[in-house]
Amino acid sequence: MERIPILKMGDYLLVTIQVDMHDRLAMTLQDDLTARIVSARAKGVLIDISALEMVDSFMGRMLGDIAGMSRVLDAETVVVGMRPAVAITLVELGLSLTGVHTALNVERGMQLLRSRIDARGREDAGTA
Amino acid sequence: MAKDGSTMLTEILQQDDQAILQQWLERQLSAPGLRTDRLGRSELTEHSRRFLVLLRDAARSGGTDIHGAAWASTRQMLDDLSMTRAQQGFSPSETALFVFSLKEALFDRLRARNEAADTTAAMIWHTTTLLDKLGLYTTEVFQKGREQVIVRQQQELMELSTPVVTLWEGVLALPIIGTLDSARTQVVMESLLQRIVDSGASIAIIDITGVPTVDTLTAQHLLKTIAAARLMGADCIISGIRPQIAQTIVHLGVDLGTVVTKATLADAFAVALRRLGLTVARVNDQQRRRDRADDAERSSGHDRSEN
Repeated sequence: MERIPILKMGDYLLVTIQVDMHDRLAMTLQDDLTARIVSARAKGVLIDISALEMVDSFMGRMLGDIAGMSRVLDAETVVVGMRPAVAITLVELGLSLTGVHTALNVERGMQLLRSRIDARGREDAGTA
Repeated sequence: MAKDGSTMLTEILQQDDQAILQQWLERQLSAPGLRTDRLGRSELTEHSRRFLVLLRDAARSGGTDIHGAAWASTRQMLDDLSMTRAQQGFSPSETALFVFSLKEALFDRLRARNEAADTTAAMIWHTTTLLDKLGLYTTEVFQKGREQVIVRQQQELMELSTPVVTLWEGVLALPIIGTLDSARTQVVMESLLQRIVDSGASIAIIDITGVPTVDTLTAQHLLKTIAAARLMGADCIISGIRPQIAQTIVHLGVDLGTVVTKATLADAFAVALRRLGLTVARVNDQQRRRDRADDAERSSGHDRSEN
């Protein structure tokens, strides 16, 4: 069965979506990713959607869901590389993905992820 | 024997064309408010002569249905004439007068012929119907020409009024001038997102100093643009909110959410610089004196080379 690969890099998980997502694939990704976050004890998830040319409301919701799930599992999610057309479509669909962090490209996304995880580490240390 | 109007008209047009042209031209030239600045006498003469020839040929075969095939070349000529005049800034009546003023000349010729009363009546009716149709046709075309001008101007305005400016490396500014409707929002959004991709900017300042009113719809359009930019990884700051607009926003109960708003573009720029970890600092006195000396030296050297 077709799967989207999830790469582990240190504390982060890297997901690059390079095929057109259909609903089944999206559900599989959710399952795989949540399982992987737990097993790898990942601190951050980076989802690269720069190859994605079309989104529908399901896809938009799925991105939001994944971010929510990761947050529950104590991992930050950053979605990177969204195309202008995709961004406009999502906004027109009323899905502005509040709660999902976004960045222009992978490099920026990694920066953002690091700074967020550092900030969270300081927070935890402060409250402990 | 009574002749029908069409035959009579053709006959007059054929036999008296020089006299008609003469009188018609005089009539047009003596019309009050003739735009001699925009239309030369020779040009007018040329137009009139061509129209008479076309009218004569078409009237011989075409009846009064000016949308028929026989009138195609006449219509073409009137199309060109009206379009040109619309662009030159003539009024619709001035354009239609070109055709209507022909009546007097034609009827004078008719009177000179002393035809039977029913022939005269038939000819007048025929000619009036025909020329009225042609005159109205010029108005229609004129209107169409004007509409094209308006559409073109709207497009130009749309493109002109949505520039995306790079304020600093990583900081874009989007001064919006004029009302923000759905069509504009689309253009604004597209150009902003494209520039974010091209320049890799992480902060965009939307300046609404030039937006006359903000209603719920405008606010929604703004929020949409901001949401789309955020999805591309860029933060937006709204600046240039005038006091009245601040009042309207609160009265309407518009929720700008977590969007940072600033009163002036300068404030917004300061925030952007701070987020990028940059500061603007005043150079110290010593440095300034040195710079000034450098400038003075450079300008005096420049003077010398000129002399």
